[in-house]
Amino acid sequence: MSLLEVKDLVVEFPTRRGLLRALDGVSFAIAPGEILGVVGESGAGKSLTGAAIIGLLDPPGRIASGEIRLAGERIDQCSEVELRAIRGRRIGAIFQDPLASLDPLYSVGQQLIETIRTHLPLTEGQARQRAIELLEETGIPAPGERINHYPHQFSGGMRQRVVIALALAAQPQLVIADEPTTALDVSIQAQVIGLLKRICHDRGAAVMLITHDMGVIAETCDRVAVMYAGRIVEIGPVQQVIHAPAHPYTMGLMASIPDLETDRERLAQIDGAMPRLDAIPSGCAFHPRCPRTLERCRRERPELMAAGSTRAACWLHATEAEAEAEAAQ
Amino acid sequence: MNPSGNPIARWLDSDVGYSLRNSPVAIVAAIVAFICLFCALFAGWVAPQDPFDLASLELADARQPPIWLEGGNPKYWLGTDDQGRDILSAVIHGARISLVVGLTSVVLSLLIGVSLGLLAGFLGGWVDALLMRLCDVMLSFPAILVALLIAGVGRALFPNAQTPVAFGVLIVSITLTGWVQYARTVRGSTLVERDKEYVQAARLIGVPQLRILRRHILPNVLGPVLVLATIQVATAILTEATLSFLGVGVPPTSPSLGTLIRVGNDYLFSGEWWITVFPGAMLIIIALSINLLGDWLRDALNPRLR
Amino acid sequence: MPIFLLNRLLQASGVLVSVAFLAFLLFQYVGDPVLFLLGQDATPQQIRELRSALGLDQSFLVQFQRFLWNAVQGEFGISLRQGTKVSKLIAERLPATLELAMIAALLALTAGIPMGVYAALRRGQLSSQLLMTISLLGVSLPTFLIGILLILLFSVNLGWLPSFGRGDTINLGWWSTGLLSIAGWKHIVLPATTLAIFQLTLIMRLVRAEMLEVLRTDYIRFARARGLSTRAIHFGHALRNTLVPVMTITGLQLGGLIAFAIITETVFQWPGMGLLFIQAVSFADIPVMAAYLCLVSLIFVTINLIVDLLYVLVDPRIRIDRPRKA
Repeated sequence: MSLLEVKDLVVEFPTRRGLLRALDGVSFAIAPGEILGVVGESGAGKSLTGAAIIGLLDPPGRIASGEIRLAGERIDQCSEVELRAIRGRRIGAIFQDPLASLDPLYSVGQQLIETIRTHLPLTEGQARQRAIELLEETGIPAPGERINHYPHQFSGGMRQRVVIALALAAQPQLVIADEPTTALDVSIQAQVIGLLKRICHDRGAAVMLITHDMGVIAETCDRVAVMYAGRIVEIGPVQQVIHAPAHPYTMGLMASIPDLETDRERLAQIDGAMPRLDAIPSGCAFHPRCPRTLERCRRERPELMAAGSTRAACWLHATEAEAEAEAAQ
Repeated sequence: MNPSGNPIARWLDSDVGYSLRNSPVAIVAAIVAFICLFCALFAGWVAPQDPFDLASLELADARQPPIWLEGGNPKYWLGTDDQGRDILSAVIHGARISLVVGLTSVVLSLLIGVSLGLLAGFLGGWVDALLMRLCDVMLSFPAILVALLIAGVGRALFPNAQTPVAFGVLIVSITLTGWVQYARTVRGSTLVERDKEYVQAARLIGVPQLRILRRHILPNVLGPVLVLATIQVATAILTEATLSFLGVGVPPTSPSLGTLIRVGNDYLFSGEWWITVFPGAMLIIIALSINLLGDWLRDALNPRLR
Repeated sequence: MPIFLLNRLLQASGVLVSVAFLAFLLFQYVGDPVLFLLGQDATPQQIRELRSALGLDQSFLVQFQRFLWNAVQGEFGISLRQGTKVSKLIAERLPATLELAMIAALLALTAGIPMGVYAALRRGQLSSQLLMTISLLGVSLPTFLIGILLILLFSVNLGWLPSFGRGDTINLGWWSTGLLSIAGWKHIVLPATTLAIFQLTLIMRLVRAEMLEVLRTDYIRFARARGLSTRAIHFGHALRNTLVPVMTITGLQLGGLIAFAIITETVFQWPGMGLLFIQAVSFADIPVMAAYLCLVSLIFVTINLIVDLLYVLVDPRIRIDRPRKA
């Protein structure tokens, strides 16, 4: 059974210009221990998906319809009290800016102990011990000493390690990491991603890694979902999606990554820009920019369907999908 | 967004106009403020009686209560004071003086503050540092203290002050307490704008500095200044009222609302509450409506809250 | 950190000296300093003697030095209006003002901060909007009008509380206090409330605005994502981060209470320094004005320093230096 199952999730924002749909029918699943990457441009809805799962949508945003199931139980309609029991204990979260994620007035140890004791019945001493172990596990040198230090006394990379420790303090089964390395130096990024991968693997925790960096996805994830204009346009095993993309958008993304070996004069790019939320095209949201549109693309919105070894929301693979469906009957 | 249509329709459709339409409080406040302004400016025509014309006063009518109380006289809607002056007229004329002093001070402090702020932000260096120090020192003293000091010094220097001089000292004292806020705000905005590319481009082309300041930077820093000015008008009016109440504001020959309240204070215990309460109510109404307008304006112009 | 403190001390001294300079200018050039020092009843002989003793033809700097030296000792000459030594007048009136200011500050803090927190946490709800509207009223009402209205209600109409003076005061050495008698407390209620209301509104609005900002930060979001209890988030993290900047601003504003007391003391005929000052302004009594100026700036500067120290104690980012990057 999947650890996390998201079905037809719709997130809306009522604004004075009308109702905006930021997520329009997002569906995917994460297996226990799996690392799923969620990639896409800014504004595609990646962070919103993560926020919706953990129940931290900024108002006036709200989940309009759809289901989110954690180990089979629905969590999208939980009360705030129930959500609090889930957050930290069953789902952990990591955000982008490590300095802004830590309360500057409390020591790292105080924040760790507070989190641990909120979810686990430990004494102060036990929690402290646990905190030191966590710091050690995340690679903080001299943890016994540094546990008493304040966030501003750590460097950027160290702070993100502390944040990872905090997110994993109560042993969650799923960690949502929202752009965990974007604010870090490139040299530190690899270390932190490596740490995240290792520590989650050790604990059997699944990870939903949200990023716009394909390189990170390639190194770290098992599967990847590509998002565009609030929808998932392709999802599949990471190597397949990168080397044999089925959706024209994904193809465009992969093609625009500069290659040291090929000789090119101009960088390839996808013409146009992602549509604004109040001007999403009919049918397939990508059709105005797609080099291979069909008449059907303008009229009907494609669902995710089988396309080679991945699944893509594209009518180009309709025949293949229909053939498979027939064969299955 | 309405791209065509006359300018008023377009403004109403803009973010600011939308905010106004959806904020009944702001609309009421704007209307009230406008009525007060109108009455005050045209006090001579609006008020039923001229309270400064001693000949028109009838001592026999002194100390009469407002029209809805027993003993009230339909000629004097809000009652009379100890000299037979119609309170309604006194309030309207007093409001005029308060508004005139308040608006003049705000305009002056705006001019001074904005100019200094622009200069400091644009020139930087020691000019900036000096101005900021000055602002810090001035801000650390409460406005009322500064105003009182200037009033006191004015009295010492001009012991037999004529009315214009007294007004001048009063306006100077309120102006000097108000300019600092503008200077700081404008300086901050100028610093931000100065480093933007369009300014650097203008400099490269060789546009003279003053022109850059006036045509490029100034329009961009006016937003917060507008909010500040609105709220400062209320503050200036209240400061003037306070100074007049304390006896060191407007000369006694031209009573503002503060003076009226002071005079009426003496009659509180003898039961003629209306001599104080009505000028007080007028003051509150003016200050409140301006503050509400300022609050709404700040929220409407704040891009983060939209 | 020691450098920080030293810096602040230097700044403070700078402000004090500048203010003293201003007072000196007043004393020396607005009116006759000799008359200020001797009083109106001085004989021409005394005036001549003092004039030559002072050496008014001496350099500017020397005279400033002398003024400073006098000021530090509290010597500001003789009040033009009352004929007694300024230092004596001020010493008599200081306790009244300080007591009033302290009670008002206490009121403003203990009511303003909780109200601000409440308004922030219950944002958008009717009760909080009501609070904000009332607070707008508080800012629009000038202090003297609040005083008059309170008198109208509680003294004239209801007759519950007195409207002028201090009531019975007891002398503890040099300090005369009204806080040890019921009458004294009855007398201080209305003036302290009047003085406190403006500050209370400011504090409430400030706390609310700051708290709303804090509640939007990433660390609060992360705290929620970790499943911390609402109480821990609101009162452990949010409130503490709110109070740190609020503390500095509030401290400075409370210093202003001493000045605002001028108005309150006038309305209630409270025998404090403020009333003395306003009478001095009306009368152009320069010695008293100069003395008041110096004393008030001393009080301000002291409060500023205390607030800075508190800030250092409370914010670890200032207390502990960042590690220097190699």
